[in-house]
Amino acid sequence: MKNIRWMFPVISAALIFGCQAKNGPQNAVRLVTTTSVRDTGLLDVLSDAFQKDGKYTLKAVAVGSGQAMQLGKTGEADILWVHSPDDEKQFVEEGYGTDRTTFMYNDFVILGPAQDPAKVKGVKKAADAFKKIAAAKAPFISRGDKSGTHKKELRIWDAAKVKPAADKYIEAGQGMAATLTLADEKNAYALVDRSTYLSMKSKIGLVIVSEGDDALLNRYSLILVNPAKFPKVNAAGARAFFDFVLSKPAKEMVEKFGQDKYGKQLFFYDYAAK
Amino acid sequence: MEFIVSGFQKGIALIFSGNAEVYAIARLSLLVSMFATVISVLIGVPLGALIAVKKFPSKKIVISLVNTGMGLPPVVVGLLVMLFLSRSGPLSFLEWLYTPMGMVLAQVIIATPVITGLSMSAMQSIDPKFYRQILTLGAGEWQALAVCLKEIKLSVLAAVIAGFGSVISEVGAVMIVGGNIRSQTRVLTTATVLQTQMGNYDMAIALGLILIGLTFIINLALTFIQQQKAQAYNAK
Repeated sequence: MKNIRWMFPVISAALIFGCQAKNGPQNAVRLVTTTSVRDTGLLDVLSDAFQKDGKYTLKAVAVGSGQAMQLGKTGEADILWVHSPDDEKQFVEEGYGTDRTTFMYNDFVILGPAQDPAKVKGVKKAADAFKKIAAAKAPFISRGDKSGTHKKELRIWDAAKVKPAADKYIEAGQGMAATLTLADEKNAYALVDRSTYLSMKSKIGLVIVSEGDDALLNRYSLILVNPAKFPKVNAAGARAFFDFVLSKPAKEMVEKFGQDKYGKQLFFYDYAAK
Repeated sequence: MEFIVSGFQKGIALIFSGNAEVYAIARLSLLVSMFATVISVLIGVPLGALIAVKKFPSKKIVISLVNTGMGLPPVVVGLLVMLFLSRSGPLSFLEWLYTPMGMVLAQVIIATPVITGLSMSAMQSIDPKFYRQILTLGAGEWQALAVCLKEIKLSVLAAVIAGFGSVISEVGAVMIVGGNIRSQTRVLTTATVLQTQMGNYDMAIALGLILIGLTFIINLALTFIQQQKAQAYNAK
């Protein structure tokens, strides 16, 4: 009996250390990306493909673009996959990142309750849609987390030169899927990227009330965290993932993604992949 | 109501379908928490016993610290562990951030005060004369402690159960330190949060049911051992 009790921790330790050996630190690449990339499932597809040859382990952490760039600024991440163009440009200008490459896009849509109390349906420009939502004092759920989506939303409010009433504007502080679920529960308006919307369409009651404005275009970029500034960065691993995503096989995966499940292409690839 | 019922039905179906990802998540949960509990027991039980029997100047302060540690908010532990393990932190050389070992570290810090505190109070219930009597019979300090621990082994088992319970169900610290990375650091609690936020309620319920089930089975086993020993003790 005594022996069995001691075997237990030894076995657990062996198992955990065994798993650790596989995720050898020198082979781990830290990717920090957005919740929309994770919540749609695209991250899993590319992550599996990248790790297939066993050369690298991808530690993909999904947070808002704002937090992603914050992790980049402290050297915690090796490579970023984000969608907040103004912040990205500043990030590179300040020397934190290199090789910023915009390679993929989709668009945002404005979602709202089917009854559409603010009468947004049919409005072509996003800023006008937001004006109507504020005027009707309809509830609006914001990401509230300095993510790419949040920054895009704030720009539209700026363009509309109006803000909704404080008690009608709710800051979720969470990822895309979580915010969408919250908006659905509260039957409110929200700005959501189309891919996440499509991946969750069957579970929610909100509908698209406005789409197609150029202002709603959503571009994703890769940025390498500057190894000169942060020596602990796995530069080789980051470059490997970078090259992988910008390769033809990855391009095919991105373009094919979602077709069979949702009948539509979720992400569009516009980089000349080799 | 229907929505909840169908969620449960789908959840149970997912469990029995042998879904590989679900089982991998459950396995990782168990490994991390059991390993962490074992380490916490190895530290906490002797430590708690020692604090209880020895006389030393700041004893009351130390006891207060242990008791405070029992109520430590796990998410704050997670935040501090993450900061220490990060690349700019003092423990970055361990490279444990976003790995199961980092989660084990956080869970050890959460469980050890619990186990220490409970062992300590269990030890204090022994007649102090008993400990001194054993010393006079020629036993070394550690030997004497071991004998006392045997006397209170039922309470020690209760401490183990409490320690395990405090970590298997923890979500904040392991989320921060582990990063909820699929097939690497995703455990039952963090996976449940993710699935719930994505509206996959059937998956979330499946994971929740497994978590409750596992906790129950392990506590059943430990309680069984504890009560068997109780019977043997009473039969004496």
